[in-house]
Amino acid sequence: MTTVTQARESQASRALRWERLINMLLPVLAILASFLIGSLFLWALGVSPVTAYTALVKGAFGNQRLATSTILKSIPLIFAGLAVTLAYRGGVFNIGAEGQLYLGALFAVWAGTRLALPFPWHLLVALALGILGGMIWGAIPGYLKATRDMNEIIVTILMNYIAIFTVSYFVHGPLKEEGWNTQTDAVAETARLPTLWAGTRLHYGVILALICLVLVYVVLFHTTLGYRIRMVGANIHGARYAGIKTTWIMALAMALSGGLAGLAGTVELLGVQYRLIDNFSPGWGFDAIAVALVGRLNPIGVLIAALFFGALRNGANSMQTAVRVDVVVIYILQGLAIVFLIAGSSVDNRIRRWLDAWQA
Amino acid sequence: MDMDALIGLLHATIRLTTPLLFAAIGGLYNERAGVINIALEGKMLLGALVGFMVAFSSGNPWLGVLAAAASGALVALLFAYVTITLGADQIVSAVAINLMMLGFTGVVFRLMKAANSGSLSAPTFQEWTIPGLAQIPVLGPVLFRHLPLVYLAFLLVPLAHFIFYRTTWGLSIRAVGEHPRAADTLGVKVRTVRYLTVLWGGAMAAIGGAVLSIGHNSTFIENMTAGRGFIAFSAIVFGKWTPLGTMLASLLFGFADALQLRIQAGILEPLFRNLGIQEVAYQIPVMLPYVVTLVALFFIGKSHWPAAAAIHYDREEG
Repeated sequence: MTTVTQARESQASRALRWERLINMLLPVLAILASFLIGSLFLWALGVSPVTAYTALVKGAFGNQRLATSTILKSIPLIFAGLAVTLAYRGGVFNIGAEGQLYLGALFAVWAGTRLALPFPWHLLVALALGILGGMIWGAIPGYLKATRDMNEIIVTILMNYIAIFTVSYFVHGPLKEEGWNTQTDAVAETARLPTLWAGTRLHYGVILALICLVLVYVVLFHTTLGYRIRMVGANIHGARYAGIKTTWIMALAMALSGGLAGLAGTVELLGVQYRLIDNFSPGWGFDAIAVALVGRLNPIGVLIAALFFGALRNGANSMQTAVRVDVVVIYILQGLAIVFLIAGSSVDNRIRRWLDAWQA
Repeated sequence: MDMDALIGLLHATIRLTTPLLFAAIGGLYNERAGVINIALEGKMLLGALVGFMVAFSSGNPWLGVLAAAASGALVALLFAYVTITLGADQIVSAVAINLMMLGFTGVVFRLMKAANSGSLSAPTFQEWTIPGLAQIPVLGPVLFRHLPLVYLAFLLVPLAHFIFYRTTWGLSIRAVGEHPRAADTLGVKVRTVRYLTVLWGGAMAAIGGAVLSIGHNSTFIENMTAGRGFIAFSAIVFGKWTPLGTMLASLLFGFADALQLRIQAGILEPLFRNLGIQEVAYQIPVMLPYVVTLVALFFIGKSHWPAAAAIHYDREEG
């Protein structure tokens, strides 16, 4: 009797270990596979993949300045990646991080240029408004999904366009600085994120990103709210049966997700760019989808994936000058990585089912 | 507004509806078969690029359209393999494909720009004036002076209606989308139906993209679809998964697009001045099609998706 139980337990723990191993291995394999296909593409363009990838790595980590720049480029990806993760865990696919980070930055630049407050308070108000802007833009699709059963993917995509044009309107109109440049005034010194170490461009946004990372982890995995969010995401019918108000959990998850995405834009604005311009984001909200999925919807995974994609984006500039292949090539790598990842997970599920059937 | 302006507005509505209609009516097939396809955007974008490149190098816009259709079907094949055979999530796969196509078209077009120092202008289609019909007052100039692709797009609507409701193919497609297991039991090849509809939808979406690059324009612009694939997807939802409804929804969005172009061009300025509005920033009209889509989706309320939409079908699963 005991031996049977023990055997079952060891089988279960083996399955768990297998799952953990696959969870770590799959993203790595998917990225390797995407680079492999990417090198075929480069080769077809008449570019040596070795030269291109070497330039990519050197451009990302070649010296202290470049490595700092990689970290700076990863910060918005961490926030936005966490945003996508949080919503996805609650069964809502937030493709609107791009629009939410635009709105966040818009609210923050208003606070940073139109309010006059002493140092920490000005910064805190700008950050809070940035979160609020993103939250509003995230709560709308969440609310519409909860009450009107409107598909969140379509709504968030449409709202991305509306957000980008809204920001453009303010940059050209009400918030435009005096003069010829279409940009806003620079955010006041009192609202900027201070640098972490003198002599580098690293700012306190790094700390803020890590705090959010821990917060998302704790909320998702160690609170009742997080448990409910994950339950809605894993099995909505079961969650409803258990008495969870699923629609409101979804709406709440979207609002929180929007707030995180809002921070992505806000921190970039208050820590790096200081002025808002048209198209100030190179598509972090879309990269965030890749970051969240490759990070296996887990905060630690998001951190690693954000650093990886930040390095990719930063290094791609050097690759462009070295081998004259455009930066947009990294979209192909990101898309391929997602395809390989989800295809890999389905194959993995299938293998496991075969193994189960074979063992039974 | 005078008559000429009205005719111009309605003519532009038909014109701007065309790319949406190709993508939406094509996508309707796979939606009815239970495959959600938000990768329409990526396929349109690829079609716009490939259509332009082939028309540019061959000098024949029809070859461009054919090549665009083939490229759309090719990407659709990848999408179909990953979702239908491997059972990967349809939405996530589509998002990945959209990202890939954005990158791919961007890289290839910039390389093409670098390789050709001259102007990148492809031969385009000529308008076909339908003899007789084009002479009808108002309706004639609005409906019967268009590019051949425009007529083709609108002919796809009754064709889809006929196929869906009057043929066994259509019955199979709808059965696969509502209850794949029952369809399977009755001998319908669920996977084959899904593969074929996805390929067809991909080819049509790509033609819709080609309408933008070699129909309305004569060149490709990066991300030139600007969300039209998503608007086409919304048109299917708003049209309640029927060909006629989808066409009406596409026309609404086409109208919003035509209107915003006119507002930008300042044609409605006298009207605005009468309303006491001095100046309209261009960002406001540009938002219009997206806002109209959102509002339309809001008012349609709860919609009845095909029962098996986005659900992977596996024979061996209980």
